[in-house]
Amino acid sequence: MEDGIVLTMRGICKDFPGVKALNHVDFTLRKGEIHALMGENGAGKSTLIKVLTGVYEKDAGSIEIEGCPGEAHIHSPQQAQNIGISTVYQEITLCPNLTVAENMFIGRTSDRLVHWKDYEKRATEILDNLGIPARAKQELSRCSLAVQQMVAIARAVDMNCKVLILDEPTSSLDDKEVAMLFQLMRDLRDRGVGIIFVTHFLEQVYEVSDRITVLRNGELVGEYAVKDLPQVELVAKMIGKSLDDLAELEQFQKGKRAQDEVVYEAEKLSSSECRPFDFSIRKGEVNGFTGLLGSGRSESVRAIFGADQVTGGKVKINGKAVRITNPHEAMKNGVGYLPEDRKRDGIIADLSVRENIILALQTIRGMNHPIPRAKAEAFADEYIKALDIKTASQDTPIKSLSGGNQQKVILARWLLTHPQYLILDEPTRGIDVGTKLEIQKLVLKLAEEGMSITFISSEIEEMLRTCSRLIVMRDRNIVGELTGDELTQVQVMKTIAGGEE
Amino acid sequence: MKKKNKAAGGLGQLLIPLVALGILIVFNLFRDIGFFSIVMRVNNSGNIVLTGNLVSIIDSASELAIIAMGMTLVTAACGGQDISVGAVGAISGAVFVKVLQGMGGITPTSVIVGFLLCCLATILFKLFNGTLVAVFRIQPMIATLILYSCARSIAYWINGDATPQLNSPIISSIGMTIPGIPIPTPIFAVILVGLLLFLIFRFTSLGIYTQSVGINEGAARLNGINPTKIKLISFILLGVCVSVAALIGVCRLGQLNHKTLLVDIEMDAILAVAIGGNSLGGGRFKIIGSVLGAYIIQMLTTTLYAMNVAPVNVKAYKAIVIIIIVVAGSPVVKSFLTNLWRRLRAPSAPGGPRKEGVS
Repeated sequence: MEDGIVLTMRGICKDFPGVKALNHVDFTLRKGEIHALMGENGAGKSTLIKVLTGVYEKDAGSIEIEGCPGEAHIHSPQQAQNIGISTVYQEITLCPNLTVAENMFIGRTSDRLVHWKDYEKRATEILDNLGIPARAKQELSRCSLAVQQMVAIARAVDMNCKVLILDEPTSSLDDKEVAMLFQLMRDLRDRGVGIIFVTHFLEQVYEVSDRITVLRNGELVGEYAVKDLPQVELVAKMIGKSLDDLAELEQFQKGKRAQDEVVYEAEKLSSSECRPFDFSIRKGEVNGFTGLLGSGRSESVRAIFGADQVTGGKVKINGKAVRITNPHEAMKNGVGYLPEDRKRDGIIADLSVRENIILALQTIRGMNHPIPRAKAEAFADEYIKALDIKTASQDTPIKSLSGGNQQKVILARWLLTHPQYLILDEPTRGIDVGTKLEIQKLVLKLAEEGMSITFISSEIEEMLRTCSRLIVMRDRNIVGELTGDELTQVQVMKTIAGGEE
Repeated sequence: MKKKNKAAGGLGQLLIPLVALGILIVFNLFRDIGFFSIVMRVNNSGNIVLTGNLVSIIDSASELAIIAMGMTLVTAACGGQDISVGAVGAISGAVFVKVLQGMGGITPTSVIVGFLLCCLATILFKLFNGTLVAVFRIQPMIATLILYSCARSIAYWINGDATPQLNSPIISSIGMTIPGIPIPTPIFAVILVGLLLFLIFRFTSLGIYTQSVGINEGAARLNGINPTKIKLISFILLGVCVSVAALIGVCRLGQLNHKTLLVDIEMDAILAVAIGGNSLGGGRFKIIGSVLGAYIIQMLTTTLYAMNVAPVNVKAYKAIVIIIIVVAGSPVVKSFLTNLWRRLRAPSAPGGPRKEGVS
């Protein structure tokens, strides 16, 4: 093994039924570097990590670790840990009701008798050494998320790790906490630890990493030094196409013009979760609800769909008064709703892709009119093709698809019902850049064809690209409505913050 | 190749029960081939009937198989089990007999009316369970514990402490055989209930609704499904199953004993559901799996008796075999077997020879 190299993976292959998750992927980690592993959802990042940590067995290829003569055979996370590979996951996997010291030493001592006093002393040393602002005797749940994450890292580092894998460590941290975490990462790098950093945030990659390996569709695209790879090129390599697509979107926007017919109109609509509000949308219009998390944007659209208990208000669809108190009534009136939390509210995990696609149409038709099998298969085929859903077959359980493809299945479910008004709550969250663009394009195309769409996203930029009208919410009230020239990032921010009014 | 995979995938859930059944059969073949002999014989009432271990297994597993079918649905929709099926079955039997007595004798009409009323009563009791589970969101096992403990008392109030005898060719036609047909009637009852459920699932979309509710209730609701309704339907169907099983149970013995009718059947029914490869946590289900499970349990019992195992010991031996079946169907063993299978099929994956190492 070369000097300075701590981990080499060569020709790693891993097949899942129908999918080549990894196809001869190489990966090299040097001592004392932060190496970002980048790729879209389904590119093979997590599979590679799981092969490395012994969660999955590789089908082919070799792994070599510094200090282990010959090839390393990793069959379990425990084994990975023993040869110096530690992982800190996105979700904290420690015990919140134990103390920091207990969390750092639990399960890793071979002593029959436990010397908590000694452990506390050692924990304090390590924490001080790494500059982690936590006390050994403190209960873990009393630390901030960032500090909990750091404790997890301290635990990993103390276990003599040569390779530290951080899987999306920053997704639930705020900017200040991210800065703290990065400082810790740099410290560890300077001590010679090799760090694999998996994240979706491009800026963070550029802030802290030394090197980037890009995967796409289970194949290695390449390894680059950060300074040689501009951000735009990184994105291009990840999605495998140029950014001309963005320009194409602009084209769509120019042609976008809503018709006059009002499709949905609500007056003083309120639910158990949101205050009364007025709202209307015209045929072929794309509008958005924006605001900070908890501003009431999701609650408002849930009221429109009858997802929460509706407590009052008048609703008209195509000018006719209707009652929508539950999702079924909304669906019968041609309203569709793609929920914010795909895992919790969207997918039926164990059901097949086909069953997930036809579910909404089936409930609109009613229990006594099942969709014949042949027809269901045809529908599934049609949408798998139309939305380019990557699945082994339509019988595959939806849970084995990648996040972006799951989202496409849910989208297909609603498109199949041909709604006149479709609500998309965070349709692009946790989805790779390429699919994001596809979904945005699809939204604009559907609007062009006359569908009314409410599009909600945490990324204002994305909403500016797709929506012709933005409803801004703050503290569960509508505080502004922006159209035309007002649709700029600055104006939206100002309205959310409520500076000028 | 691809097609084969698909078929194996569809069979996956039934693999373990089928293998278990196969092993039981092979074991008996080697042990005593006479175990399988089926002969025509004239029974006590002068009918020509088929007799033999196989017939008796399928016959005596009928009540269990029918209740297991209903249990599968409740399990799938609610992610829990109804442990009051046996006790409520005693009420069904009591109502049936009470109606027969009230109508002044056993006539075809009184039997039909009796069965319909017993069905109605059972469904009402099951709806009580269903309401606790679906509306009040009580854990199914706790909710059904109520009737589990008190239903036999209710049966006693309906019919008193007597064990009325039902002597009539109609009764024995239901519980044993119809004159002229050599196959025991309960077997037809299983087929009938199975057919009923098959038709319901074939001509409605209840199947996908039930699974959706069992897998992710919240998401099911957001897709226009009413989970409360689906759960109640599962309890209603279980009620139908229980009343048919009770009818057979009463007619088979020609008497009603509220203390012993369908006693302990709930645990066997749950076991049958589990052996059939259905998740007891709800969601995906295969009714045929549970039926297989019921026959496996009965075949096991009969085999043990045929081997002259003393009745006191039968339960212990049964437990051993069931542990093996359940462990074989567990996720850990399953994934181990899948890996093994994959490795055997592709001994050397592309990308270089596989090193023989610790594995």
